[in-house]
Amino acid sequence: MSTSRRSFLKWVAGAGIAVAVPKSVQAHDHFEGYADSYGVLHDASLCIGCRSCEAACHEVNDLPAPEKPFDDKSVLNTIRRTDDTNYTVVNKYKEGPPPKNGVFRKQQCNHCKEPACASACFVGAFTKSPEGAVVYDESVCVGCRYCLIACPFNVPTYTYDDALTPKVMKCTMCLPRVKEGKLPGCVEACPMEALTFGKREDLITIAKERMRKHPDRYINHIYGENEVGGTNWLYISEEPFEELGMRTDLGITPAPELTSGALAMVPVIIGMWPVLLGGIYVINRRKDIIAKKEKEDAVAEMKAVTTAEGEEKVKKAKEQALKQQGFAVKREVKKALEEAAKAKDENQNGEEAK
Amino acid sequence: MSDQAVKKSLFTPFNIIAALIILGGIPIAIMRFTQGLGAVTNLDHTNPWGIWIGFDLLTGVALAAGGYVTAAAVELFGMKKFHAAVRPAILTGFLGYSLVVFALLFDVGRPWRLPYPFMVNQGVTSIMFEVGACVGLYLTVLFLEFSPAALEWLGLKKIRKVVVRLTILLTVFGVVLSTLHQSSLGAMYLIVPSKLHPLWYSSYLPVFFFVSSIAAGLSMVIFESTMSHRNFHDKMDAHHIEASRHVTFGFGRAAALVLAGYFAVKVFGLALGNHWDLLFTGYGFWYQLELIGFVAFPCFLYALGVRDKNAKIIKFAAFWTVLGIVLNRLNISFFCFNYHLPASERYTPHWMEIGISLFVITIGLVVYKFIVTKMPILHQHPDYPEEH
Ligand code: SF4
Ligand code: SF4
Ligand code: SF4
Repeated sequence: MSTSRRSFLKWVAGAGIAVAVPKSVQAHDHFEGYADSYGVLHDASLCIGCRSCEAACHEVNDLPAPEKPFDDKSVLNTIRRTDDTNYTVVNKYKEGPPPKNGVFRKQQCNHCKEPACASACFVGAFTKSPEGAVVYDESVCVGCRYCLIACPFNVPTYTYDDALTPKVMKCTMCLPRVKEGKLPGCVEACPMEALTFGKREDLITIAKERMRKHPDRYINHIYGENEVGGTNWLYISEEPFEELGMRTDLGITPAPELTSGALAMVPVIIGMWPVLLGGIYVINRRKDIIAKKEKEDAVAEMKAVTTAEGEEKVKKAKEQALKQQGFAVKREVKKALEEAAKAKDENQNGEEAK
Repeated sequence: MSDQAVKKSLFTPFNIIAALIILGGIPIAIMRFTQGLGAVTNLDHTNPWGIWIGFDLLTGVALAAGGYVTAAAVELFGMKKFHAAVRPAILTGFLGYSLVVFALLFDVGRPWRLPYPFMVNQGVTSIMFEVGACVGLYLTVLFLEFSPAALEWLGLKKIRKVVVRLTILLTVFGVVLSTLHQSSLGAMYLIVPSKLHPLWYSSYLPVFFFVSSIAAGLSMVIFESTMSHRNFHDKMDAHHIEASRHVTFGFGRAAALVLAGYFAVKVFGLALGNHWDLLFTGYGFWYQLELIGFVAFPCFLYALGVRDKNAKIIKFAAFWTVLGIVLNRLNISFFCFNYHLPASERYTPHWMEIGISLFVITIGLVVYKFIVTKMPILHQHPDYPEEH
């Protein structure tokens, strides 16, 4: 992540705090794994690919027996991944001289300090225990499989063939055994001591000590010390880690930090949007009301104008009528007078004729 | 009606095909719940999400954005001349989200536990928690927004009046919830910088998803109004036919602007990611195809259509934008996810997964057809003129 982008997120997060982010959203910023937690150091340079750890894991976790027995070396010819019947697998990544006959690495859940699976699960089915194990609780899991998507190491698996009670399957770091004071099954079973159980900090010291003693044997890197924020399962190796099928481009950003910016935006949106939208609504409503009023005024005025005009017309009409009436009266009068005159004439004439 | 006439009205090509798809889907659905996800899907531990998430959920939610976009434009931004578009858009939104949830019932392992994240144990650090909460609430909001049409049909005037009073409040809620979950769907992929191809991975994914959902919503409304014009012309009154013209040009103009903005933020994100070198790889050309062919090109078409007052071009642009959104969501969930793995470890959908997707979509179309035929969606109810 570039600095500018990070600072943008910080800024966004800051804006979030300004509108009161609930503490729970911020909380994971401070959680960086339990200080005294345990882990396992896998020294791949000592691993001989005997698969004793796989066998032990199956036994302590009651997993179904595989098709080919654990001592069948042909299994090592293909690269496998963890699945719903295997919490851990050992792969052969390179041919090599005896006595090891190859380069091997064991894989299982890395028990991240700030696990992506836990950060992703919307029902909080994963917990990081104080002992260091990341444990899954089947009783709440909905089966969305977002944890499988989120895990950068492709560790969790799902029982797709189970119709009614499908669940996530993954290594538990043998938490029940650790709580009883026992070693994890795989660690106990390893004949080469390629697996060491202990406090994470001590494991880092041990790893550094081995590197110091045999600088020509080890790659100068402890895989898991800082990857994705650090993991409780650590690896050292004589071969570059990419060649052991491990991704070296994962970066050191822990998963919760990837989403904290977006989560911090939630209260911002909830706080700001209604205010903004409400404002826009009110402005538009006011505009509407003003427009409506203007329209009404205009209509009223038009009405007024028409009434005024109308009145004038009536007046004119009346005047006209009056005038016409006037004419009519005059005409009538004239007519009457004329008739009267006529009558008079006739009378006179008649009298004269008599 | 004579027997002959009944037969004729039932056995239309649409009905026959719909019936076949639904009948075909039922046995697959039964298999899913009796033999598990493994029996009907190609999902595995490395590819836990298939087309039921990539298409039905991601694409479905984006394409159902027409509801909040139209409601906001009309009720909040005061663009009353698009009023006639609100109901159809709300209806498709409501049906779209219902289908998304329906499809999820097939995808999640134990669907009966879907309330758990809210009732039993809240995973508040999860982006998916936010998506779930918002989609659930928004579905309720859409139901309420849609209910006046159903209440008019049922003749329940009093309840209808109460709901109509809530319009503004519901619209504001709808926009807030949509902003949150549209962007969060993108944010869900923030957690996989190592699995999603760097050209598509960006800390701006939530912004991309939100902005493109607006373009998707606008385009879907144009697209739908074209389709209902063609298929339900007899159900539309003059008011709605007139409004459909307004919508084509008004929403076309808006879509041109939004797509231009989307293009700009995409390029900005590309610049910040600083992956210019990857542009000339296979994935890079695919990225360019999406960005230029399905964002810049429809944007240009929209602008052209608006300038020339050419409804045909706008309608084509709407169709093309919708395709582009489908492509984008599938790129993120499928084509460019796990890009670093060899083909043998990648996912291709099982035909039964496609079967269930078709099954779900067909049910949606049948319900849509029923509602549009019966309820006052594309015309005003005679008892409530000028009100909605
Ligand atoms: S390796 Fe994967 S499954 Fe194990 S804790 Fe880390 S994120 Fe979770
Ligand atoms: S599959 Fe289960 S454990 Fe994994 S994220 Fe979903 S609900 Fe959580
Ligand atoms: S720690 Fe336990 S569960 Fe994990 S791989 Fe070893 S034996 Fe298996």
